Amino acid sequence: MDLDIGQYINLFVEEGKEHLQNMNDALLALEKDTGNESLVNEIFRVAHTLKGMAGTMGFTNMANLTHEMENVLDGIRNKEIVLTEDVIDIIFECFDVLDESVNQIASSGEESKEDFTGLVERLRSISKGNGKEDELRTNTSKLAPYIDEYVINIIKKAEAEGLDAYNIEIRLSPNCMLKSARAFIVVNTLETMGEIIHSNPSIEDIEDEKFDLTFSLIFISKEEEKKIKDSLNSISELENINITPIKETDVNDKEIEFLEEDNKSKDASNIVEKNGTRHFERQNKVGKTVRVDIDRLDNLMNLVSELIIIKTRMDELSDISNKENMTEAIEYLERITTSLHDAVMKVRMVPIERVFNRFPRMVRDLSKELNKEINLQMYGEETEVDRTVIDEIGDPLIHIIRNSIDHGIETPEERVKLNKPKEGNVILKAYPDGNNVVIEVVDDGRGIDAAKVRKKAVEKDLISLEESETLSEDDIISLLFQPGFSTSDEVSDVSGRGVGLDVVKSKIESINGSIEIETQQNIGTKFIIRIPLTLAIIQALLIKLKEEIYAIPLSSITEIISLPKDNIRNVQGQDIILYRGKTIPLIRLHQVMGLDFDDSGDEYLVVVVRKGEKQAALLVEDLIGQQEIVIKPLGKYLSNIRYLSGATILGNGNVSLILDINSLI
Amino acid sequence: MSSGGDNRYVVFKLNQEYYGLPIEKVISIEKIGEITRIPNAPDYIKGVINLRGEVIPVVNLKRKLNIGDNELNTNSRIIVVNEDEMVVGLVVDFSSEVLEIDREDIDKPPETKDNQLIEYISGIGKTSDRLIILLDLLKILMD
Repeated sequence: MDLDIGQYINLFVEEGKEHLQNMNDALLALEKDTGNESLVNEIFRVAHTLKGMAGTMGFTNMANLTHEMENVLDGIRNKEIVLTEDVIDIIFECFDVLDESVNQIASSGEESKEDFTGLVERLRSISKGNGKEDELRTNTSKLAPYIDEYVINIIKKAEAEGLDAYNIEIRLSPNCMLKSARAFIVVNTLETMGEIIHSNPSIEDIEDEKFDLTFSLIFISKEEEKKIKDSLNSISELENINITPIKETDVNDKEIEFLEEDNKSKDASNIVEKNGTRHFERQNKVGKTVRVDIDRLDNLMNLVSELIIIKTRMDELSDISNKENMTEAIEYLERITTSLHDAVMKVRMVPIERVFNRFPRMVRDLSKELNKEINLQMYGEETEVDRTVIDEIGDPLIHIIRNSIDHGIETPEERVKLNKPKEGNVILKAYPDGNNVVIEVVDDGRGIDAAKVRKKAVEKDLISLEESETLSEDDIISLLFQPGFSTSDEVSDVSGRGVGLDVVKSKIESINGSIEIETQQNIGTKFIIRIPLTLAIIQALLIKLKEEIYAIPLSSITEIISLPKDNIRNVQGQDIILYRGKTIPLIRLHQVMGLDFDDSGDEYLVVVVRKGEKQAALLVEDLIGQQEIVIKPLGKYLSNIRYLSGATILGNGNVSLILDINSLI
Repeated sequence: MSSGGDNRYVVFKLNQEYYGLPIEKVISIEKIGEITRIPNAPDYIKGVINLRGEVIPVVNLKRKLNIGDNELNTNSRIIVVNEDEMVVGLVVDFSSEVLEIDREDIDKPPETKDNQLIEYISGIGKTSDRLIILLDLLKILMD
C-alpha cells in the first residue's frame, strides 16, 4: 500500500522555514529584551506548531525536541525557569538543529537519524530543576486535540482557492475482514476527488491496522458534500459515514480552543488576539505568492529569448521588403515580447530579505565570539533581485560582514579610548540604481590603513617598492582584492585565513557585478557592491569595429557624441578628453580589441560610459543601433577573457560579444 | 566497465595523422560556419560559434597541440565535445568515422621527450591498417 506523504514535504519545508525564521527573529529580540513575555509566547507557539507539523509527517526526532523546548519555554512563561544567557544559548542551539533538520528533510525527504539526545537531556535538566508540573504537561500536550496550525493553514489556503474542507468520520462495520484494505479504498476514492490533508489515526497506523473501527480524515475538494457521500456510499462494509464541512470560522474556533488548551490559566485572550492578526497577515501572503519551479521559469525565459531573436530577424526583413503591414505586425510582436519579458522577469524577482535575514544571527554569534558589541542595522530588505543573483550574493556578503566585524570594529575598550560609542555599528543597505542593485556594507570601525596595505603588498611581492610609492591610496586599497592578501596581524578564526576578498571579488564579477571599497582611518569602511538586476535580457547598443560587431549595455551608456580630433589631450601616455567640464579617459576600443584603426577623419565617434561615479569615453568606428539582446554566457572554458561579459546571438545567427564596461573603465 | 560505448572512438585527421576521442565525450560534428573572433584570448582560441542557440568556444586544435595551424577548407569540421561541464568545439581537418578499438589494442604513449604533443596523448590505438593517436581531452581543455 502506498500512501504518499511526499507531496506534502515541500509544503512542510516551506512552512517550516517560515516558522523557523519567526523563531530566529523572536529569539534575537528576546536576547535583548529578556523580560518580554510576548516573545516567549511567540517562540513557544512556533515550537508547538513545528511539533505538530513534524508529528503529522512522522519526523519523530524533531517532534521530541520541539516538545522538550515547549516544556522549557512554558516554564519560562510561568516564571518557573529564569531566562538566563545559558538558556537562550541552548534554545539557539535547538534552533540550529531544527534548521538543519528542515534542510536535511528538504534535500533527502527524510529526517536524519540523529535523535538530538544531548540537547533533549539538557532541556530536560532545565525543566526538571523547576517543575513537577512537567509530567502533567507532557501528558496533556500529547492528548491535545490533533488539529494543529499546519492543518489549519492548509485549510485556509484551500478555501482561498475556492475548495471546501470536510471532516469525514468513517465507521467500518464490525464484521469487516480487511480493515486496512477498506480504509485504503476510502482513501483512494477520496483522492480521486481531492486531497486528504490529515488523518486520525495517522495514515501509517491505518495501513498497519492500528485502529479500532473508526477513523477520521480532513479532506479538501472542489466537489459537493453530496457527491463525496455518494461515492463513499458505494464502498461496502462501511457502517457509518459522517461528513461535516469545515468552515474558516470553525477553524478559528478550533484554533482558539487549541490555544486555550495550551495556555490554560494564562491570559489566553491576549495571545489569541495576537495570533489572530498574525494569521491574517500570513493568509494575505499566501494569496499572493506562487512557488514556481525554477526550471519551468528558465524554460519560459528561453522561449522569450527565441521570440526576441525572431523579432530581430523580422526587423531586418522589413528593411528589405518594406511592407506596411509587416512593420505593424512587428510592432505588435515587439510590444508582446517586451511585456512578456517584463512579466517573466517579475516572477523571477525575490526580495533581498532572503539573504539578509540570516545576518542578525551571524552578527550576534560573532560579536559574542569576539567580545565586541555590535549593532547591526539593515535597510532596503524589500529591494528585489533576480533569483539567480540571490543565490550567488550570500557568501560574498557573509565574508564582507565578517571582515567588518573582525578587522573593522574595534574592541569596546579601544572604542572608548577613541571617544567612539562602545557599541560598533554595521549597516547593511540595499537599494536599486538603474539596472543595478547596490548593496553597501558600512562599519564605523578603524578603517583600512593604506600604509599597512602598502607594506604588506611589497612584502608579498604583489608590487615592487617603486610601484608602491607611485600608486595612489585608492589603488593601494584595491590591492586587497589580490589573491592571498590578509592584513590582520594575527590570524583569527573568523576571517583572515588568507582566502579573502579576491574570492569575494571573483564571485561578484561572475554575476557581472563590481565591488569597491571606500575607507577612512578611524571613521570606518564602506564596501559597495553593484550587481545587475537581471542576468538574462538587456537593452544594448550595437557598435562596429572593422568588420566586428560588439554590444554595449545601454544601462552603462551616458551619451554618444562626435568628438573633434583636436579635442584629445595626451597626459602621461593617457588620452583624455574634456566632457561636460570633467576630464575623462579616452579608450580606443580598436586597440583594446587588437584591431587596426583607420585614423583618417577629423572627428571621432565616441560613446561615453559610466561605472558608478567613474566615466570614460569609448572610441568606436560606427553605430548600428539599439537592440534588445539575450545574454549568453561565454562558458567555463572562456571564463577568464578580459573586457567581455558574455555574448549574444544576432538576428542573422552570428555571435556578437558584449563589452564588460566595469573592467574597461 | 559498462557495455559498448567505452571502446568506441570518433576518428579525425590533423595534417596526415589520425586522431581519436572517446565517443561519449562527443556531442556532435558540425560544418564550419561563421566564427566570431575573441579578442585578448589565447592564440589557440579560434572564436565562438552559435550552436543551435548556445554560444560555444572553438579551439584551433592544431595550434593547441603545437602541430601547425588549421587552414579551413571544405573538409574542415568542428567536433563539439563535453568534458567536465565545458562544451567546446575543436577544429579538425577531416572527420568521417567511428572506430571500435579494444583495450588490448591500445598502447601507452611512447616515451619520447622534446615533443609537446606527447603530454596530450592518452594512448596509441592500433587497427589493422593504421595507428590512431588517442587524445586526453581533459588535459587539452584544462591546460
